[in-house]
Amino acid sequence: MKKQAIDSRPASPKPWYDPRIRSLFFQFVAIALVFWGGWTLVDNTLSNMQSRGISTGFGFLGETAGFGIIMSLVPYDSTMTYGRTFVVGLMNTLLVSAMGIVTATIVGFIIGVARLSSNWLVAKLALVYIEIIRNIPLLLQIFFWYFAVLGSLPTPRQSVEVAGSLFLNNRGLYLPEPMPQDGFGLVWGSIILAIVAVTGLRKWAKKRQLATGEIFPTFRVGLAILVILPVLAYLVAGSPLTWELPALKGFNFGGGIAIIPELAALWIALSLYTASFIAEIVRSGILSVSGGQTEAAKALGLPNGLILRLVVIPQAMRVIIPPLTSQYLNLTKNSSLATAIGYPDLVAIFMGTTLNQTGQAVEVVAITMAVYLTISLLISLFMNIYNRAVAIKER
Amino acid sequence: MAEPMLKPPKIAISPVAWMRQNLFSNWQNSLLTLVVGYLVVTSAGPLFSWLFFEATFLGQEPSDCTGTGACWLFINERLNFFIYGFYPDEQQWRVDVMFLLLAVCFIPQFIERFPGRKWFGLFGLTGLPLVGVFLVPGGILGLPVVQSSDWGGLMLTLILAYIGIIASLPIGIVLALGRRSEMPIIRGICVVFIEVWRAVPLITVLFMASVMLPLFLPEGMNFEKLMRALIGITLWQSAYMAEVIRGGLQAIPRGQYEAADALGLGYWKKTGLIILPQALKMVIPGIVNTFISLFKDTTLVLIIGLFDILGTVQSTITDPAWQNVAIEGYVFVAFCFWVFCFGISRYSQKLERKLDTGHKT
Repeated sequence: MKKQAIDSRPASPKPWYDPRIRSLFFQFVAIALVFWGGWTLVDNTLSNMQSRGISTGFGFLGETAGFGIIMSLVPYDSTMTYGRTFVVGLMNTLLVSAMGIVTATIVGFIIGVARLSSNWLVAKLALVYIEIIRNIPLLLQIFFWYFAVLGSLPTPRQSVEVAGSLFLNNRGLYLPEPMPQDGFGLVWGSIILAIVAVTGLRKWAKKRQLATGEIFPTFRVGLAILVILPVLAYLVAGSPLTWELPALKGFNFGGGIAIIPELAALWIALSLYTASFIAEIVRSGILSVSGGQTEAAKALGLPNGLILRLVVIPQAMRVIIPPLTSQYLNLTKNSSLATAIGYPDLVAIFMGTTLNQTGQAVEVVAITMAVYLTISLLISLFMNIYNRAVAIKER
Repeated sequence: MAEPMLKPPKIAISPVAWMRQNLFSNWQNSLLTLVVGYLVVTSAGPLFSWLFFEATFLGQEPSDCTGTGACWLFINERLNFFIYGFYPDEQQWRVDVMFLLLAVCFIPQFIERFPGRKWFGLFGLTGLPLVGVFLVPGGILGLPVVQSSDWGGLMLTLILAYIGIIASLPIGIVLALGRRSEMPIIRGICVVFIEVWRAVPLITVLFMASVMLPLFLPEGMNFEKLMRALIGITLWQSAYMAEVIRGGLQAIPRGQYEAADALGLGYWKKTGLIILPQALKMVIPGIVNTFISLFKDTTLVLIIGLFDILGTVQSTITDPAWQNVAIEGYVFVAFCFWVFCFGISRYSQKLERKLDTGHKT
């Protein structure tokens, strides 16, 4: 459109007044500036690194790290490489983010709904929670949980004990660990079978409902299949599961699953902080569904539960999901505050210890940033796909 | 429409009716009210007695804290450090002047009918940082120099957040305009810049600023730690600022652009005189919200070794002379942040309601 307007002008303007030539010129200048800036940075960096004797390249990833990490999901010891420390850090970041996302969503939805409760006391309490938690810096909350709350727990010898299998002390929370024995594969197989069966059931039930209008109790039957099939398989295989109990050995506990206080503090703080934002998102999502929708559903004779499930929630989700994903992204980025209390996440391990030992700041920072960039791009990709799926189909 | 003869009664329903409607509407609600009410009462009692009734407020020595409540004495004794950091005592009036100017500039913003409050705000955004640049570090007019490594506490927190916002505003405007540009290369550069900064956590940016920035600069040129942190924060914040401003630019109806074109205004006149004044006014609440989140995020600088208010408290609560004052310290910092953030967010909500007229298309 613009082009036509330009072309149809009677007299051709002087070249420096021609918008097309101007825009080409400015873009050329911009590119030149970016390249010049980039080149200066690279040049400076290379000469600085040379004068400080810092080696370049990614060869350091194959060298022995030589430091221990207090928690890792993959086998790790100090004889392994720096590349391995990257994997350990990344796994720990993903672990705490996943745990935080699950609990923050649950707490956030509960508080968001409580905020809209017809009960004045509950609604005000939810409001107080939201206004207090989201106006206090996350780092402060992490410190509070780590140093003030978890730091004041008793020593391992005076642990709080629940039923002889669950221990809580200032070194962490110790839980019994399930140890699958031979034949547990049968249980895994049955779980997969149950999932396949339930998916098939749902498809069949929907088809039947569309064809005949009869509603099949998919949820109850599906839940029954999901529970009964694995339990049967478990009993048939002869209960192939033992529990390893944590036990006091010397000054600390051994065996079982240990949740270190760093992880616990980070997890609690991230969940509660993000939940206060999710609660507001949920509230505005539910409020965005116009009252006419509920009234129309009532007029159709739907019971309250079904109104919520079939009318309100699907429409509210459309408003809730985009800001919700950006909160998930924030939570993942905020999990990098782990480094302040020593939880071995990607930033603490890789950008902290590995960077200090190797001195290869440029490579390490670049890799770390690339990881966060990838996570962020992946999440926004999924969000865009979802958005397209749930967008109002206008015909 | 004619005024009704009688105003509606102040209390349309009696307290009993209100309670029956809002607390005890049915048996589930009544049960919920009773359980939640019981929990609130039983936890609020000990909380308040710890905070106030059994707390120690007066005294000199750590041993004066004898009560079972909080030891606020600790805060009293260390307040100077929490506010000014290592700033020399006899020079602290300079910081006080800045605090006073800040209050003079921004408290009128909360008062609707304050004469000329716009000018106070404008001075706060332009003149105040200029005054601060000379007054706080000193070195001119016979003021002794105070090294930036001696700055700390609340003062440092405010400096970081304030300069972060002021410096990122112009960069953010340029980036937002660039992202809306019709030139593909300029748009591409801006999109990449914005998205990269927005994707990485602030802590990696701060690490980068403190570790990598010295490598990027030509030899012999270097910044202090505070300056490096400020550069990192500003670049990171400008990406967020750009997105906020872009929201405003997109909300301007197309007719405004077309009308400016029809008047024969060039790009800069169109942007500067027509588009930006409207867009910026519209995004003030958004800018205030990013300020709140930046204000909270400035606590991260303690990880790279700067003493902001949380950093000063964190370094004092481990003092062996004071036993178990961690919770008092954290509650104090939380209270400081809460007062600022809650106050500002209330202001921004009010503003949002006020600006929410006339711009619906």
